[in-house]
Amino acid sequence: MKTNDVILQTTANIVFFIIFLFSIHIFFAGHYAPGGGFVGGLLTSSAIVLLLLAYDLKTISTALPINYVVMTAIGLLIAITTAAASIMFNMPFFTHAYDYYDLPLLGKQSLHSAMAFDLGVYLVVVGVTMTIIQTIGADD
Amino acid sequence: MEILKNSLIILTTSIGLVFIVVTAVGLIRLPDVYSRTHAASKSATLGVMFILLGVFLHFWLIKDEVNTRLLLGIAFLFMTGPVGGHVIGRAAYLSGVPMWKHSVKDDLGPYLKEQKKAHRQSID
Repeated sequence: MKTNDVILQTTANIVFFIIFLFSIHIFFAGHYAPGGGFVGGLLTSSAIVLLLLAYDLKTISTALPINYVVMTAIGLLIAITTAAASIMFNMPFFTHAYDYYDLPLLGKQSLHSAMAFDLGVYLVVVGVTMTIIQTIGADD
Repeated sequence: MEILKNSLIILTTSIGLVFIVVTAVGLIRLPDVYSRTHAASKSATLGVMFILLGVFLHFWLIKDEVNTRLLLGIAFLFMTGPVGGHVIGRAAYLSGVPMWKHSVKDDLGPYLKEQKKAHRQSID
């Protein structure tokens, strides 16, 4: 028998965007405030898990057509590239650099190469968590 | 002015605390799952929202710092707390948890029976 989940699904639709935006905020705030790639990735994957709970696996994988194994690989690649880029400038492995730039709209901001490493961590965390949950949930 | 600020913060935080105590008493004293989810989802949500409002006012009026994450948390709780109570109550009903013995009205039961009958006929 099909049960009626309108309240849960409508709330999940709205709440998904709040959790996702908050995870992006946590990810970008990681350099100066508590947060960073790991917590941001976990929050993003928990937003997707909320959608998985409200709908089913097939609906979500057609709505968000992401291969999470590939996502993990891309994250590892980004992390190793930012770590290895310092070798090109005759610096030890994992040396990071930063500078100040005048960005449009945002004004003077410092861009740090640790951010790119954090992006790698973020992608790996989202990819691994979603792979675990989807493989456990999919065996029927 | 300082006294007014402080009393506003104390007032909102204490209202929240009272609501949370009411929730705890309701969870102990109420007879069945449905009335307990009613107590837990409504007054706990309102209590935590009031405490978050008090924290927001403290940071805003005393420390001069607008913390939008607290406002977002208030909105988030307002949306998700009652839905959590709804989902728990519905799951309990669908898995057949009995109501309190003095309950007088059950609108969902006959509707579900009808649905089940229609489902069975569509299979046959």
